[in-house]
Amino acid sequence: MNDQTLGERLRQRGVSRRGFMKFCAATASMMALPPMMIPKIAQALEQAKRPSVIWLSFQECTGCTESLTRSHAPTIEGLIFDHISLDYHHTLQAAAGDGAEHAREEAMKAHWGEYLLVVDGSIPLGANGDYSAIAGISNLAMLKEVAAGAAAIVSVGTCAAFGGLPMANPNPTGAAAVEDIITDKPIVNVPGCPPIPTVITGVLAHFLTFGALPELDHLKRPKVFFGQNIHDRCYRRPFYERGEFAETFDDEGARKGWCLFKLGCKGPTTYNACATARWNEGTSWPVEAGHGCIGCSEPRFWDAGGFYKPLSAPFNNIGDTILTAGAAGLAVGAAAAVLNRRTKSDAVKNRETITIKDLSKES
Amino acid sequence: MDANELLNWARGPGFDIALVIFIGGMLLRLLEVLALGKKPDLSAPRGSGLSGGLRTIFSRFLPRKQVFDKEPLRIVNAYVMHLGFFVVLFFYGPHIPLFESVLGFGWPALPSGAINAVGAVTILSIVAALIFRMNSKVLRFLTTTGDYVAWLVTLLPVLTGYLAYNHMLLPYTLMLALHILSVELLMVVAPFTKLTHMFSFVTARWYQGFKAGQRGVES
Repeated sequence: MNDQTLGERLRQRGVSRRGFMKFCAATASMMALPPMMIPKIAQALEQAKRPSVIWLSFQECTGCTESLTRSHAPTIEGLIFDHISLDYHHTLQAAAGDGAEHAREEAMKAHWGEYLLVVDGSIPLGANGDYSAIAGISNLAMLKEVAAGAAAIVSVGTCAAFGGLPMANPNPTGAAAVEDIITDKPIVNVPGCPPIPTVITGVLAHFLTFGALPELDHLKRPKVFFGQNIHDRCYRRPFYERGEFAETFDDEGARKGWCLFKLGCKGPTTYNACATARWNEGTSWPVEAGHGCIGCSEPRFWDAGGFYKPLSAPFNNIGDTILTAGAAGLAVGAAAAVLNRRTKSDAVKNRETITIKDLSKES
Repeated sequence: MDANELLNWARGPGFDIALVIFIGGMLLRLLEVLALGKKPDLSAPRGSGLSGGLRTIFSRFLPRKQVFDKEPLRIVNAYVMHLGFFVVLFFYGPHIPLFESVLGFGWPALPSGAINAVGAVTILSIVAALIFRMNSKVLRFLTTTGDYVAWLVTLLPVLTGYLAYNHMLLPYTLMLALHILSVELLMVVAPFTKLTHMFSFVTARWYQGFKAGQRGVES
């Protein structure tokens, strides 16, 4: 079955040529490739053998897997996902216990140096990595073992890419990102909480089409999907420009679809494809649903002072800070005033009378 | 430290530290000056110190004709600079939540495009202020290192704000972090330079006006 090409398998599953070409065109436009690349993508995908994929889930909530498998299951993206050889994914696979681990070991042996490693979840480094283990193997040990034979690693979700919620202050488990641990393999970060399904399939399609990973930004995110600023692509941007902001979630401004900046929208500092690719097969996205962007594809969004604090507002309760500062200022000011008065009175007391005789004295 | 970490620091502990120094420092400086007191005035007052003081607080918003005629450009530039800074600071939409978090109330914002234009003019006028200063031998002589620092920390927030808004030079997140940090620098430096005039102009004018009012002379 592994020798079947993707094209053959898609036809077997009843996907028409037209449907397949539409998917290729959508993939090309999503990856900002020129239309002349569409036949090339089609040809490459058609002939692609099923790559072996090992999916490791560490400290995570399974939201990334939910996002990828469930919401897009009936689409062609879903089929493409079916047609990679997902040799190990302990949430999805039928095998359990030792059988599951054997499947991983066999896949690693059979495709050593060629398989794609997908990771979701962060890796705990605290207590020698003992906070999380699968089949008695710590996450840290398993990552290192599987990464050694991988052609490339895709860190899916913000936890694997940047540490995510497990890393939130005070980071009790010492959670770390994949790229903090593995430094000698090509890594693509596909952050998001969860990431957009089409972005994941897009990265995989790119790998199948070109045999290489897409161009990355400074945070190792594929530029084609994470090159766009949410704020710049937001359909509510004109309201921001006009200075029209919703003040609460149910005021007139909110009903009129005004900018959500004051309700804590992190769009200006967030790079993701939500505003253009959207969610649930292009139905909507958070800002369109009336909630500000929480910046889930950015590092440290979890410690950014709260989802509902405007980006320009300070984190902490300013009232207390002002009172403390005021009291301190007054106390130090009073002390300085006493010192100044003493200097003044000392100067008056110790004033020496200077006569014309003193001034005319030769020095 | 990445840009997001820097931004989180600037919005969190950085702002708290700056605010404590700003408020504490300003109170310290004002109290220190006020506590110096003045010698008792033994002569019978010829006019009202109270009305003289109050009048002068406002009358000195306008320049005297003799002074204006000497250096009209420099004075007009100073108006542009101060008003521009005021408009950009208080009427740019994203700045208002900051004041709201302190005061508990906000006000309507001006269109961002207009603020952007005012910001550009403000930057030019701050640069022009330095050029005017450099071109005058007397002013150059009177300018201390602290004054140059005050000029720089006034320019930086407006400049970084303009660059951030227009997505110029650096990635937005980093520029926004630098913008907030530059404001914090201004807050830290302000109490210890001539920038104290943002508050002390009231007490200084009151003092001069009060004295002149009691003597029954113009101020």
